[in-house]
Amino acid sequence: MQWETVIGLEVHVQLATKTKIFSGSSTAFGAEPNTQASAVDLALPGTLPVANEEAFRFATMFGLAVNAEIGKRSVFERKNYFYPDLPKGYQTTQLAEPIVGAGFVDLELEGGRTKRVRIHHAHLEEDAGKSLHEDFAGMSGIDLNRAGTPLIEVVTEPDMRSAEEAVAFAKKLHSIVTSLEICDGEMSQGSMRFDVNISVRPKGTEKLGTRTETKNLNSFKFMEEAIELEVERQIDVLEDGGKITQETRLYNGDTKKARSMRSKEDSNDYRYFPCPDLLPVILDDEYIESVRKQMPELPEAKRARFVEQYGLSSYDAGQITMDKFSAAFFEASTKISNEPKLTANWIMADLGAYLNRTEQRIDHSPVTPELLAGLVVRIKDGTLSSKIAKQVFEAIANGEGDADTIIETKGLKQVSDTGALEKIIDDIIAANTAQVEGYRAAAEDKRAKMLGFFVGQAMKASKGQANPQALNELLVKKLNG
Amino acid sequence: MAVDRSDIAKLSKLARIQISDEAADEAAKSISDVLALVDQLQAVNTDGVLPMAHPLDAVQRLRADVVTEANQREMFQSIAPAVQDGLYLVPQVIE
Repeated sequence: MQWETVIGLEVHVQLATKTKIFSGSSTAFGAEPNTQASAVDLALPGTLPVANEEAFRFATMFGLAVNAEIGKRSVFERKNYFYPDLPKGYQTTQLAEPIVGAGFVDLELEGGRTKRVRIHHAHLEEDAGKSLHEDFAGMSGIDLNRAGTPLIEVVTEPDMRSAEEAVAFAKKLHSIVTSLEICDGEMSQGSMRFDVNISVRPKGTEKLGTRTETKNLNSFKFMEEAIELEVERQIDVLEDGGKITQETRLYNGDTKKARSMRSKEDSNDYRYFPCPDLLPVILDDEYIESVRKQMPELPEAKRARFVEQYGLSSYDAGQITMDKFSAAFFEASTKISNEPKLTANWIMADLGAYLNRTEQRIDHSPVTPELLAGLVVRIKDGTLSSKIAKQVFEAIANGEGDADTIIETKGLKQVSDTGALEKIIDDIIAANTAQVEGYRAAAEDKRAKMLGFFVGQAMKASKGQANPQALNELLVKKLNG
Repeated sequence: MAVDRSDIAKLSKLARIQISDEAADEAAKSISDVLALVDQLQAVNTDGVLPMAHPLDAVQRLRADVVTEANQREMFQSIAPAVQDGLYLVPQVIE
């Protein structure tokens, strides 16, 4: 049987506010445990929440970016459950009247295919603290620094049909929230966490299969792996005549295995009710318009501008603008070198590969926009062949200085000087008389292929520094006598 | 709508409240009485009326995004039953 995968996502996005959603505690990452947990965050008796205006502004920006209706009246509710990292015994969240209503995101996929993923809604809520289970002799350690950090939870419709589409959506969402600067996008620090609802159904049928939820995926790679694994598992179960149990699963990216979390009875009975400590928040049209006017350029608009302003292909522009930091890097570097196409190529190819290999982000790249521009300029003016340029790039990445310094100290200047090239070619012709005769005796259309031998020899003799174009021209001239 | 002892058992479990059978029967009766009143209220036509989010007809004031809380960990942890390395210790919870 042919199976169809159906995927919906719930994405928790930590908002990059300076303080928590209901208290004036700092949200800075990496502080000593519980040093950013105030009386409100600890749920001490008698404390009351006061909502952070920046969280609403950020949520409004997000709503506008995903083409959604903004909830002009938004109401907080209490979601009741007990867990030690949730000191109040309930999470303050939104249910019936969220800040962001239905919207959509358009994806561009491989091969130019496009796909619209509908957003069901997005709501504001508070994050929980962290539980540490090791090293405490049968106890759990609780750090409440994260408790109360503002989140928007984005809930999609079950519109995605493959891991590829789900990952493309996740990347698009990442690119939107980082471009808006409402989230730092640091997935390894938990700034964006994905819950993936997966089910399968016989291809061509409408009825949704029983779904499972794989929680808390914090990298695109793990998300892709977890989806593929779960789809395979569900199909195996169904083809063996079994049934899918609705459950929550956890994926371990290190072992590449998933397991079912013990499903609690009554687990879904959260007994929501409107939070009496918080009044409805009312946003008017004037406010929404003022937020719209302050919105930074979104990835799609930036992409169009890069095509228009820099002459990049739509594909290249899409790649570069996927990430705000890549786009900023590109613009800063191009401003110096004035070579958009070459700069884009280097960012996507060598720089991208280098950053992947060394697990660094482009905004922390040791090869800065200035350093890349210095290299690009030397490629453009013919000082460096593309082969030697790669060598210089590695040296820049190793912190050996800028392109000009490295070219100078390593003597890597491309030889375009006709005199020096002539000398090399003359030596080769003298040393390889048989090949020269063979070349001269060959028909015109065979010669191009035979030229390769001489080019190789000359490149070797010049230690790769010969300007290929100048070399070719001279070789042909000399060989033809 | 009436509730019985099993409903009370479920609710008390969700609320982490231990309750005796006698108390559960009493609670079942009281809650059933309240729900009977709610049934009466249900007779009112509420078409087009927004659910009430708060008894006060007022709007939430928002605060500026400025850090106003200092670190008072030492004071807060002085009343905690168990702490270690800055963490609050609780009976192990792991799924």
